[in-house]
Amino acid sequence: MRKERWYSKLYVWVVMLFLYAPIFVLIAYSFNANKSRGKWTGFTLNWYNELFHNELIIQSLINTLIVALFASVIATVLGTAAALGINGMKKRSRALVMNLTYMPIINPEIVTGVSLMLLFVSARAILGEFELGFVTLLLAHISFCTPYVILNVLPKLRQMDRFTYEAALDLGCSPRMAFFKVVIPEIMPGITAGFLMALTYSVDDFIISYFNSGSSFQTLPITIYSMTRKRLSPEINALSTIIFAVILLILLLVNINGSRKERAATKRRVEG
Amino acid sequence: MRSKAASIPYLIWMVLFTVIPLGLVVFFAFTDTSGNFTIANISQVGQYMPVLMRSIWLSLIATVICLVVAYPLAYIMSRRKSYQQRTLLMLVMLPMWMNFLLRTYAWMTLLERNGVINRLLGLIGLGPFEMINTQGAVVLGMVYNYLPFMIIPLYTIMTKIDNSVIEAAQDLGANTGNVFARVIIPLSVPGITTGITMVFVPAVSTFIISRMLGGGSNLLIGDLIDMQFLGAAYNPNLGSAISLVLMVVILICMSVTNQFDSSEGREEMMV
Amino acid sequence: MENQVLISLKNIVVTYDDEQVLNGMNLDIRDKEFVTLLGPSGCGKTTTLRIIGGFVEPTSGEIFFDGKKINDLPPHKRPVNTVFQRYALFPHLNVFDNVAFGLKIQKLPEKEIRTRVLDMLSLVNLKGYEKRRINQLSGGQQQRVAIARALVNHPKVLLLDEPLGALDLKLRKEMQLELKRIQQSLEITFIYVTHDQEEALTMSDRIVVLKDGDIQQIGTPVDIYNEPANAFVADFIGESNIVDGIMKQDCLVQFAGQDFVCVDKGFDPMEQVDVVIRPEDFKIVPAEQGKLTGVVQSVLFKGVHYEMVVEGSGYEWLVHSTLCEEPGAYVGLDLIPDDIHIMRKMEVE
Repeated sequence: MRKERWYSKLYVWVVMLFLYAPIFVLIAYSFNANKSRGKWTGFTLNWYNELFHNELIIQSLINTLIVALFASVIATVLGTAAALGINGMKKRSRALVMNLTYMPIINPEIVTGVSLMLLFVSARAILGEFELGFVTLLLAHISFCTPYVILNVLPKLRQMDRFTYEAALDLGCSPRMAFFKVVIPEIMPGITAGFLMALTYSVDDFIISYFNSGSSFQTLPITIYSMTRKRLSPEINALSTIIFAVILLILLLVNINGSRKERAATKRRVEG
Repeated sequence: MRSKAASIPYLIWMVLFTVIPLGLVVFFAFTDTSGNFTIANISQVGQYMPVLMRSIWLSLIATVICLVVAYPLAYIMSRRKSYQQRTLLMLVMLPMWMNFLLRTYAWMTLLERNGVINRLLGLIGLGPFEMINTQGAVVLGMVYNYLPFMIIPLYTIMTKIDNSVIEAAQDLGANTGNVFARVIIPLSVPGITTGITMVFVPAVSTFIISRMLGGGSNLLIGDLIDMQFLGAAYNPNLGSAISLVLMVVILICMSVTNQFDSSEGREEMMV
Repeated sequence: MENQVLISLKNIVVTYDDEQVLNGMNLDIRDKEFVTLLGPSGCGKTTTLRIIGGFVEPTSGEIFFDGKKINDLPPHKRPVNTVFQRYALFPHLNVFDNVAFGLKIQKLPEKEIRTRVLDMLSLVNLKGYEKRRINQLSGGQQQRVAIARALVNHPKVLLLDEPLGALDLKLRKEMQLELKRIQQSLEITFIYVTHDQEEALTMSDRIVVLKDGDIQQIGTPVDIYNEPANAFVADFIGESNIVDGIMKQDCLVQFAGQDFVCVDKGFDPMEQVDVVIRPEDFKIVPAEQGKLTGVVQSVLFKGVHYEMVVEGSGYEWLVHSTLCEEPGAYVGLDLIPDDIHIMRKMEVE
């Protein structure tokens, strides 16, 4: 292959600058002593201190994590079971179920959010008065997380050699044991990927939560939203910096781990 | 293993939380507050035509810009060494993992009247310019937020284009332009259509970006829906009607896009 | 070597979506024998194997193991193990854990598992590979793991479904010998499915030739090769010249416009028959000495012999000979009575 031209390199840098400049500006401001964004008046960690003492933010962080954890665990179980069933379906019913499964993914989030809100509001008429809050939020999150689990598990099930299940039976496993000892381990990468995707989507979700959380139960994105409406709140900068650092750390760890494994695998293959 | 029964809880869930809610949207769109059938809501949407048109127009511009910016980048990425590809991909995805509210907020900081950009321009004696609360700011916000959604499917499809195919084209006398026009672009069509869908759908339905960067005068269709459900104008019937129109608009746009893509496996790429 | 009958299939019928795959099969398999189910794809050989393994339920008919009916016994309770076509190894386990899988299910003591697995790995020449992951193994090595994983459980019967199909020719030959060696040293029954007639001839004690869900012939490799029961078997096993003939009387057959003395009896006078001649049974003689004559059309060198096509009086004969004739040469072909095999016409073809 021929060597890359200088303008290709420059182009990559320009796009990266576009992607990161705003974030770096936020990070810089998080250390700015001046409350207004205009001037740089000296270095401070004050905003971080305020952030950690901001009850509302801490509480909404906890809320976010609780909802995300419950939602992604339930979605993983529900979605994995669903994938197993869908995999065994006849072509036509499978196509129908899959099309409906894609709905929450393809539909604009605002429509999903509004439609669930309509459901909960209408349910009041039948179930009696209740406030939107933790339960409705959890139900909404499970609903939009489950399709991601299904979409991750289903390809693994299709790739799976159907004979490995039979081999387990042949070697003395009951169908139940074969399922847990062979099928589950084989589709585990899909289940894990689905779980992680559900978790991140749930943590990150604003729009659907916005319509279904009511006023009593706030998640972090909702709190951030209300902070952005007050024009001056430098804690957001501090919060962004921390979130950025955490994501960077996670991605680095995952990547280093991944490339190390890959390298070890190639090495072994070369030696073997 | 072969038990379809395992999917029953999900099927019930799907009916309760996907099918019925969407049915409710349709139901509300065609009824008045007391539950009687009416098409008044739908016809009322007509008066918001300028907003609908603005939403479509701005998100189309944003989608085109994303495609133009992302295409060369995805190609350059896909021809790098594999460890560089991994690093670049991570760099593209990293901002995506930050909440879009924070990313949009960052642009508020930059575009403000006394924001960073105006300050820098001021140093060389230009400005200050009115950048925030304009349509341009809204488009910029869309491009910034959704650019990774365009880069990733394009990159994914381009890694599948074997170098030997490109070399074969060159061997047969194609210059760089020919290679792109006759080999790379046709082969990357599925990535292009996926990318367009993944940028256009959230862009056309957004209501936060327009509110944060567009001020009050650049309302989009998403803002309208929001106002009918959680705003002062509380009217879920009208809100449902607008949502329904939005879904139809998106459906039409997607089927137009799909005309260009007969290949299978689009769904895999959406994940 | 007449051991007792171990597995017995009685009138097995299998129907998939209205299509009959097996039409009432009867088959006895004896203890410690190497039986091969041989036939073209779609003949029902894999289905037969899967019935014995318990993965397919026969539509009707009975299957006995050691005299006991096992129709309703699920696969994991049957004393047979299978080597699957594409091995079906567990990709999430290493070599040791793959082989130990069945023993761990039986909850044997850790120590016994270890010795048995290591013994088995050395039997299949994979000592030192315990920690390897499956995807780090070559096709041949995966094959050995699959065999070890099945054999370590001391099954009474090992079922092998085209186990060498994915290997290249040289490796296949090696594994054929090795499988035979393993079978003889462990003294267990092997039921082997293949479509490769050469593989069947090399390894088997008995061969069951199948076509369209019916058994065509059961016999030792020598019987099947030398005395094929019908033209299908003759054609499928080795190469053959098959021509129409008429049985004039006992031990006299007419084909290709000539009368030949043969050794077959018991046909109706003037019955239409198939005449089968193996290519290596022709003897090339000077044209005036041969009963059949023709012109050599083509010659291919095949290593041990030359393969020639000789055309004369409307017939094309495939001839194997260690002598080489030039294309275009006019030669005679001679046969001795023993080499002319007479077969009844198959009903419908």
